[in-house]
Amino acid sequence: MAECILELKDITKQFPGVTALRNVDFDLHRGEVHALVGENGAGKSTLAKIITGVLQPTEGTIYYEGSPVVWENPRHSIARGIAAIYQEPAIFPDLNVAENIYMGHQPHGSVARNINWRQLYKNTNQLLETLKSNIKAKDKIVGLSIAERQLVEIAKALSINAKVVIMDEPTSALSISESEELFAIVEELKAKGTSIIFISHRIEDIFRVADRVTALRDGYHVGTKAIDQVNLNDLIQMMVGRTVQNLFPKLDTEIGEENLRVEHLSKKGKFKDVSFCLRSGEILGFYGLVGAGRTEVAKAVFGMDPADSGKIFVRGQEHSIPHPQKAIDLGIAYVPENKDEEGIILNMDITSNITLPILKDFIKTGLLDRAAEEATAEQYSKKLDVKASSVKQKVISLSGGNKQKVSLAKWLASRARIILFDEPTKGIDVGAKASVHKFISELAADGYAILMISSELPEIMGMSDNILVMHEGIVKGNFTRSEGSQEKILATALAD
Amino acid sequence: MNDHEDAEGMRGMSNATSRSLFIRFAGLRELGIFIFLLVVVLIISIRSPVFLTLDNIHDIGLDAAILAIVAVGEMMVILTGGIDISVGSGIGLSGMIVALIIMNAWGIPPIVAVFMGTAIGGVLGMINGILVVKAKIPPIITTLGTMSIYRGATFIVNYTVNKGKWVAADRFAPAFRTFTRDTFFLVPNLILITVIIYIIFYYFLNHTVTGRKIYAVGSNPDGARFAGINVSKIMFLPYLLTGMLVGTGGVLWVSRYTSAQTDAAQGFEFMVITAVVIGGVKVTGGSGSIIGVLLGSVLIGVINNALNLVRVSPFWKLAINGFIILMAVIVDKYIQEGVNKRLLERRKI
Repeated sequence: MAECILELKDITKQFPGVTALRNVDFDLHRGEVHALVGENGAGKSTLAKIITGVLQPTEGTIYYEGSPVVWENPRHSIARGIAAIYQEPAIFPDLNVAENIYMGHQPHGSVARNINWRQLYKNTNQLLETLKSNIKAKDKIVGLSIAERQLVEIAKALSINAKVVIMDEPTSALSISESEELFAIVEELKAKGTSIIFISHRIEDIFRVADRVTALRDGYHVGTKAIDQVNLNDLIQMMVGRTVQNLFPKLDTEIGEENLRVEHLSKKGKFKDVSFCLRSGEILGFYGLVGAGRTEVAKAVFGMDPADSGKIFVRGQEHSIPHPQKAIDLGIAYVPENKDEEGIILNMDITSNITLPILKDFIKTGLLDRAAEEATAEQYSKKLDVKASSVKQKVISLSGGNKQKVSLAKWLASRARIILFDEPTKGIDVGAKASVHKFISELAADGYAILMISSELPEIMGMSDNILVMHEGIVKGNFTRSEGSQEKILATALAD
Repeated sequence: MNDHEDAEGMRGMSNATSRSLFIRFAGLRELGIFIFLLVVVLIISIRSPVFLTLDNIHDIGLDAAILAIVAVGEMMVILTGGIDISVGSGIGLSGMIVALIIMNAWGIPPIVAVFMGTAIGGVLGMINGILVVKAKIPPIITTLGTMSIYRGATFIVNYTVNKGKWVAADRFAPAFRTFTRDTFFLVPNLILITVIIYIIFYYFLNHTVTGRKIYAVGSNPDGARFAGINVSKIMFLPYLLTGMLVGTGGVLWVSRYTSAQTDAAQGFEFMVITAVVIGGVKVTGGSGSIIGVLLGSVLIGVINNALNLVRVSPFWKLAINGFIILMAVIVDKYIQEGVNKRLLERRKI
């Protein structure tokens, strides 16, 4: 048995209303790459944050280098040599690359704690050279691509000579050649005796770099296996606990006439020459990596962030959509990804949220008819099965899944016929996911035209009639349901 | 752009051919204010011959000095994404307390009085910092509250000790009365103190670990936490330092105007914030340079002096200050948008 550097025993983490981890055990050997897999919301990122002390476990113990430890905050774990590359960028946009990498542990003098800039820039450039990057120490963050920012994050972890490095979805925004470079770095670290926790839902990455793999599902520890003892199907089985095919029930629908057509839509720095056509009854899947420009296209169509050039046709007629009110009037709805910030207004009740886009329908002799509002809200929250004591309940007190439903109810009430979904199932558990899929599918069957942005390939492949693949702001491929294989779509999304 | 980068950055830029001219100029925000300052000076000196006399320049320097001192503190608070609007009241209160102590003790050397102010101001700043960091009250509300409390306390202290009368010039030792104007190798003490403070804080903000952490916390508070920075401590520090600078400024204010009044420095916070914003400090935090803040303070000093010289009504002065602050923010916004756009264009999407 190899020596353990890190061991987690019986870790439980509760958030208000949600248990993110239940009695999870996890151990990490010296010099191994231990992959952590699971679907969105399985608890991988929570586990990573507990290991680094960003979060504290509700129950359970962490053993590090043989003795139990309590990390009150990341400072403690960093001081002991644990570095993490988080999914969400922890980047300081106002500081340069070198300062970003060494923030908190700059080389400095002992008396006045004055920073040794020469040393700082020298170390940084050396570090970036070992990563074979052409980023320079003094570059500004604003000009860097997602991949380059990721590299800065990796350099940050390397800069503290970490004994344990946690990489949370490090390859999700990297091209294939960039990923290969990353794997080379991982191998090199491993050879030096560094232990690595590698979180990814790109299965091929796992087989490429991992020694062992642990799967989490809905906060439970499903199993830990040596990588040569599992194959692809085993791994998927461990992650989802069922076969993938029947997860996404897209009903057969009759594809009707064209509802939305976008021609040569461009916006400087965001996307270029995007064209597509969306018909009633159709689900158009919009696949790509984070930062590929999909959300920006949807926001442009919805008038939130209008494009610089290009044409938008709604039911055959050309329209300019300079602001969301125009889009709503044309029957376009946008259900944003971040349900807490953009989709709903937390401090208002269910009724006010649902009627917000169509308030002018409820004006009676100059005043709002609250009773009619509540009747409408009642009708739609019933239709979507929103679980609440009444429509007067504030949205902030609802669970995540129910918040999402309110956000959807709002747009159904507005009688939109074209609905743009941005990552509709991100961060919700498997059960809620299935009901969202069912619901979207029913909408299509009712003749709605649906654009669905998703970063989950199985979801895209299971739900969409047609699939549009974007990479770095450009549409790189267009597949029908039967044409698109996982390999083809991924290759297109990653191609440079 | 940070000062330490300016010197080295210029060298780096000359061989980085991809940098557009625009981005290069945007980095030289301080140069922009400096040119604007020169233009203002030129225009005023044509209209008013008194303006460029040695006496008047001396006056501008003394007027701008206390503003500049307090602006350093305000800058650090704004860098972390906060704001401190209690600085005017803080000057009034710390000045008043010290004045009441020294009015009957003429033996206290003026510089000791100044340090007493620093200590008292430090306590006031600490109160702000604790309310913001520990009680988690938004900075604007915290300092709105303490602004009133400190001003009220000034009245109460003054009423209790001195029956509500001003502490007038004749109650102070002669050495204290002339302290700010007295010179040390031809430089007035007030200017000297300001220069020393600027050297210390220039070094602190640009070349120490703690100084750079202030920038990091303002730039991305969550990221700072992930990087293992003690965010509460770094957020607290600027309020404490601002308090100390305010206390220092409060005593200097009493010496400069040779009286301690209950309404001293009322509305001063507005001038301080204006100087910081004109100096190019990002109002949402994370970026800004101390040189910019110094130039911003001088610019405000020059403009206020000039408006006095050409006898503009105080109401117009307020409006003009307001106009300047809005202009500065608008210009910064366009510069930033321009920079971002050009940097994105390099990615050729």
